[in-house]
Amino acid sequence: MRRIRIIPVLGIEGGQLVKTVDFKNPNYIGDPLNAIKIFNDKEVDELTIVDIRASKNKAEPNYRLIGEMAGECFMPLAYGGGINQADQARRLFDLGVEKVIIGSSFYTNPDIVSQLAVRYGAQSIVVCLDVDKGLIGKWKVKSVSGTRKQEQNPEALAIRAANAGAGEIVLHAIHKEGAMSGYDLPLIQLVSAAVGVPVVALGGARGIPDFLDAIQAGASAVAASSTFIYNRNNVRSILINYPTQKQLSEELFNKI
Amino acid sequence: MIVIVDYGLGNLASIGNMIRKAGGKCLISGDPDRIAGAEKILLPGVGHFAAGMEHIHSKGLEAVLNDKALKQQVPVLGICLGMQLMARHSSEGDVRGLGWFDADVRHFRTEQMQSLKVPHMGWSDIHLAGTHALFPAVEEQQRFYFVHSYHMVCDREEDILASAEYGYRFTCAVSRDNTIGLQFHPEKSHRFGLEVMKRFVQWNP
Repeated sequence: MRRIRIIPVLGIEGGQLVKTVDFKNPNYIGDPLNAIKIFNDKEVDELTIVDIRASKNKAEPNYRLIGEMAGECFMPLAYGGGINQADQARRLFDLGVEKVIIGSSFYTNPDIVSQLAVRYGAQSIVVCLDVDKGLIGKWKVKSVSGTRKQEQNPEALAIRAANAGAGEIVLHAIHKEGAMSGYDLPLIQLVSAAVGVPVVALGGARGIPDFLDAIQAGASAVAASSTFIYNRNNVRSILINYPTQKQLSEELFNKI
Repeated sequence: MIVIVDYGLGNLASIGNMIRKAGGKCLISGDPDRIAGAEKILLPGVGHFAAGMEHIHSKGLEAVLNDKALKQQVPVLGICLGMQLMARHSSEGDVRGLGWFDADVRHFRTEQMQSLKVPHMGWSDIHLAGTHALFPAVEEQQRFYFVHSYHMVCDREEDILASAEYGYRFTCAVSRDNTIGLQFHPEKSHRFGLEVMKRFVQWNP
């Protein structure tokens, strides 16, 4: 039986856990440490924490909070937000973070990915591509909390990231975020086929059937935010949840 | 005191966290004198094999590690790259290792991987070849977190403690006398890893 990583993504802003849609309208979820304890108890595969404003506000990562979070994580932890220099990554690794996620600085300082990959190994360097879909249905990669458009298409940027040494690519479909309408499968197909490194699908998942679709489209792992934070039966009430191993084995792992 | 060997590679904070949670006392150090005084050694590491050996040499740690592992025979646990370094050679950089195991470290055979991507990054079930103080027979299927592109290939069947599957069956845990090496990360494997760490803290081979 092959297991697939299923990764909850938590957004933080000013030390609070938040959920946004298209980087807007932050909804305050609560205390991140409390959420991490719950995810620990649920034995999640891996956790991703993203400071959704750090790059835009040109702020340093919140090391104190990240250190506290890492100390509570007995599963792999990835952190993204505001990383634009190699020594910031060193500090994060020293705090107990396994992977750093490079977003905006991949475009402004592409060397950072190769510098970090050489020093810490590709497995600890993740590049996140924030992809939006415009009205005419063309994918556009954006950066700096979705405010800046990139010229190159998603697959070209994914190849560039992999060549620079990224060990993994998080493919974040902004237009699917919070929409709970399933992943952008054609986008996953396109990018997964273009690169040899694992692609993690993010944006739009409602549950296990969507995870299965993403894997079948070529993703190596799946990530989601809303579906693990909100109550399925009452969309706006918060209920941190995660499927059981039995559910995952029966409804996902045994089908791939 | 368990000394977590700091040779410049790997996530030492996570390992320290897990040892403390397991009730052990530990110290992170790259100082040969500190390592010489250790009751137990934890050899961590994530990253490139050749870089790992280079760091061990530049910090002058090979002699003290050999002394602790082979002469004094204190318990030694190698994790991920730390496990691989115990082999005699790796194709990652084509360099020799510490040579405590008659084994080579090789890249995943990509022609046998179907559509699977390398690195192998994620959780896998492990299959014990026998039992060990750190891995007694338990009913529940044990799963652990892996991140690696290379794996160990042993000459001696009896050194193989467990295997896992990714594309094909590969050796994911080895043991001989006082040394044990794990390709996966117990420090990041919830209660499964916590149990292993608790047993390492108590282990007296």
